[in-house]
Amino acid sequence: MDLSRRDLFAAGGKLLILASVGATFEQITGAAPPSEAYNMADHWWGMLVDIDKCIGCGNCVRACSRENQVPKGYFRTWVERYQVGEDQQPQVDSPDGAIDGFPPNTRAGVKSFFVPKLCNQCKDSPCVQVCPVGATYVSPDGVVLVDKNYCLGCRYCIQACPYGCRYLHPDTNTADKCTLCYHRLAQGLTTACCEACPTGARQLVDFKNPRDPVHEFLRRNKVQVLKPYMATGAKVYYKDLDGSVR
Amino acid sequence: MRQFLRDSGHLIRPAVVLIAGLAAFLVIRTALIPKAFGKFGHYDAASLDVIRQHPISYAGQDACVMCHDAEAAMRAAGRHARVSCEACHGPQAAHANAGDPSAHKPALPDVANLCRRCHEKDAAKPKDFPQVVTAEHSGGALCNACHQPHNPHL
Repeated sequence: MDLSRRDLFAAGGKLLILASVGATFEQITGAAPPSEAYNMADHWWGMLVDIDKCIGCGNCVRACSRENQVPKGYFRTWVERYQVGEDQQPQVDSPDGAIDGFPPNTRAGVKSFFVPKLCNQCKDSPCVQVCPVGATYVSPDGVVLVDKNYCLGCRYCIQACPYGCRYLHPDTNTADKCTLCYHRLAQGLTTACCEACPTGARQLVDFKNPRDPVHEFLRRNKVQVLKPYMATGAKVYYKDLDGSVR
Repeated sequence: MRQFLRDSGHLIRPAVVLIAGLAAFLVIRTALIPKAFGKFGHYDAASLDVIRQHPISYAGQDACVMCHDAEAAMRAAGRHARVSCEACHGPQAAHANAGDPSAHKPALPDVANLCRRCHEKDAAKPKDFPQVVTAEHSGGALCNACHQPHNPHL
């Protein structure tokens, strides 16, 4: 076949233009997502933590670890034991994240209490803002998630989280965190930590559900989020939180 | 006119190269960026489904009481009424969702550690929560030697 350079360029150009038009069209139309009963726009998830109900048993930590296969030594949720003297300077311990509860409390004459911690599912999350590749985001139903395929493992988000809720997964080398048991939410199940909590100290709530007890709870109780001055829009509300909690 | 076409050849040729380059850029960009990227924000919306695919370990209270009527009734009558089954028995989705649940028989809880985690005396626990110093309380006997765990009154 006698093909001049001019013909070759012309044919190549036509092919490229056709391919790009086709590809762009495909991207715009996309494949329709499968319709499902769970509509993300109808939910806005958060959590209530009642400090006065927490007994520091560590059930939540164990349940989270088993539900989400959290690697040993890493925690998506953990429980801290505060012992606060008259000077309001807290002594905090959390042996192994309280995965096996706490050793007996020996210090007398101080106020002491447990504080369960987890990702605060911030509306304006610092971890999302610093991610350079769009690997972490707030889902349409209000859960901060990590896309393992996009995450580079740069650790910016781990440093950005004011609550220390993220870690680098040792196997995948990607950022990992509490997903608020996202795989359970769409199935109508509560989170593993709430399921396993024996005293109801933790409660999964849906702010967009008008029948959710959260509305009554927030009206009736003195609540606080952690580090409100960070303006992260945290959605984990603590009832009767002591001012010494960091 | 012919003169113009011949003279402008040096402009048309770079223009063709530029357009071809742009087209190549569009093709590569479209091939590399996932289809669902940007659907809800600056991220791949398909990852929502990937995260949802994670298997469930805790079956949930409703699944337990579907079969275990006697235990559910006993529990509902006692102080452990609001403690879910899996709080003590651990994750049982493999048992609950199996075609034959008896083939996935759950292990009995480790009573020596199980009760202690909640009921060992600790000043940080709420004052009205039942607590004992286990070393003094039972003289080494297991809790379920005296207490029925599903309804733990003596």
